[in-house]
Amino acid sequence: MNNRRFAKHYCVMLLPGLIWLFFFSVVPMFGLVIAFQDFNPGAGVLHSDWVGLDNFEYMFALGDSRTIFFNTIFIAVLKIVANLIVPLVFALMLNEVRLKVFKRWVQTIVYLPHFMSWVILSGILLDIFAYTGPVNQILSVFGVKPVLFFARADLFPAIVVGSDVWKEFGFNTIIYLAALTGINPSLYEAAAVDGATRLKRLWHVTLPGIGSTVVLLAALSLGNVLNANFDQIFNLYNPLVYSTGDIIDTWVYRTGLLDLQYGLATAVGLLKSVISFILIALSYLLASKFANYRIF
Amino acid sequence: MVRETTFGSRAFDLLLVVVLALIALACILPIWYTLAVSLSQKSAAAAGLVHLWPVGFNFNSYKEIMGDHKFFHAFGISVERVLLGASLSFAVTVLMAYPLSRNPRDFRMRNAIMWTLVFCMIFNGGLIPWYETVKTLGLINNIWGLVLGNSVPFFNVILVVNYFRNLPKELEEAALVDGAGPWYILFRLFVPLSVPVLATVTLFMIVYHWNEFFNGLVLTSTVDHYPLQTYIQQLVVVIDTQNMTEDQLKKLTELSNQTLNAAKIFIAMIPVLVVYPFLQRFFIHGITLGSVKE
Repeated sequence: MNNRRFAKHYCVMLLPGLIWLFFFSVVPMFGLVIAFQDFNPGAGVLHSDWVGLDNFEYMFALGDSRTIFFNTIFIAVLKIVANLIVPLVFALMLNEVRLKVFKRWVQTIVYLPHFMSWVILSGILLDIFAYTGPVNQILSVFGVKPVLFFARADLFPAIVVGSDVWKEFGFNTIIYLAALTGINPSLYEAAAVDGATRLKRLWHVTLPGIGSTVVLLAALSLGNVLNANFDQIFNLYNPLVYSTGDIIDTWVYRTGLLDLQYGLATAVGLLKSVISFILIALSYLLASKFANYRIF
Repeated sequence: MVRETTFGSRAFDLLLVVVLALIALACILPIWYTLAVSLSQKSAAAAGLVHLWPVGFNFNSYKEIMGDHKFFHAFGISVERVLLGASLSFAVTVLMAYPLSRNPRDFRMRNAIMWTLVFCMIFNGGLIPWYETVKTLGLINNIWGLVLGNSVPFFNVILVVNYFRNLPKELEEAALVDGAGPWYILFRLFVPLSVPVLATVTLFMIVYHWNEFFNGLVLTSTVDHYPLQTYIQQLVVVIDTQNMTEDQLKKLTELSNQTLNAAKIFIAMIPVLVVYPFLQRFFIHGITLGSVKE
């Protein structure tokens, strides 16, 4: 049926969203020229002096840049790997449970941390890992001397990755559980008739059944390689752990908005945006190629 | 499903239940601990005597917060932000999702707009240009800066577009034959049929606007304009430790008012804890159906 006559109505429907998009997404993209300027907020984008690639040269000369790119990638990659594996194992365990009511309760509880903000969770974590907090008390039972966790640069990445997995693993199981329900039950019955044990059914039926989902999620997570989660790190870090915990986003925030080095911060931000864009586009491409995924 | 009744299999089931129960416990214990601290005596909390049960049970922290105008002012701003932000995002999401779920044959610009949306979702101007834009628009210290700050809720729009595309075509065709226009079809047909996904995105939007602290931090300059999460971040969580030594840091954690902070944190969690159970039965359904494509 030809409904082209409704196009006018469709445009009206889209208008509010497109105006919103224009002012808060498109206009800031033009603001990226700040990366090539000696930006002066008083003069604005239009009247600031052009400095060409000076900001980028300065960035590459700066020791900080290497540290923050390394920290970002290190933390982000650890998170990606952990957030693929832990939810998978958890989903497989949950899938083996026969008590429906119990399963639902567990699901409801483990999804909950996902909906808490990092401000709240950091407040809780700082308390739990405090010098006199529960974690140190438990450690002291085993004869370990109290640790000042948030002053230890060597422990910081582990704390960040661990708490991220704790917050997100439940929510991340949703997609695996959906894939698990898609496996044809007659496959399990056939395997059982053939004498396959539970472990063998897991290995030969369940895992191949959700293999494509794992591949899809792995491909899509490529886009997160430069995303170490600002909200979390910003609320957990302090200058004592900058050497391992300072990431691109936190550095850009401090350099740009606190130290007012607009041009430099924008240049670093631009580099991050461009690399991220390439990675995300690549991840969609891989996902569509290997897992038949389409965004829409 | 195949059932096994061997001893080994039964023992495995039991072990599984125990392990899963422990994991679930690990997800709520920190929240429970915070509640226990907030209801304890200050001295007991500072000495690290509180574990799973309040020591010297009292409501002093909560009473103290009752008299804290700034806390409730920030709470009010967050409520206002959630109401404005969630309803606006909801309206825009539904209105954008319908045209974008049309066949490109019926709406030629569909693909171009969709790709623009995806492009804006995965490429952004970064912090400084965004901040300068919002400042130029005059939205610093303004509730609308917080409401509109993060642009269109891309993810939610795409989720709803995919859900709309999976609705049976026949229903729409029948409505068209009966002379229904696009507005009627959207609000009388699509919206009522999409309750799971709409409940899901509503939950996401409410939680997003309630939890978001960074825009509150950057786009406001005084405590009077902070939303609750920013207020907590600035006055409870932040350890402003430029050049602080380890010993100073240690002292700071000992001096901080643990019970009061725990009570503030707990109050900030309450809205999410209240909304979550009502909407959670929808979101599994909503997410998985919204992400399935034909």
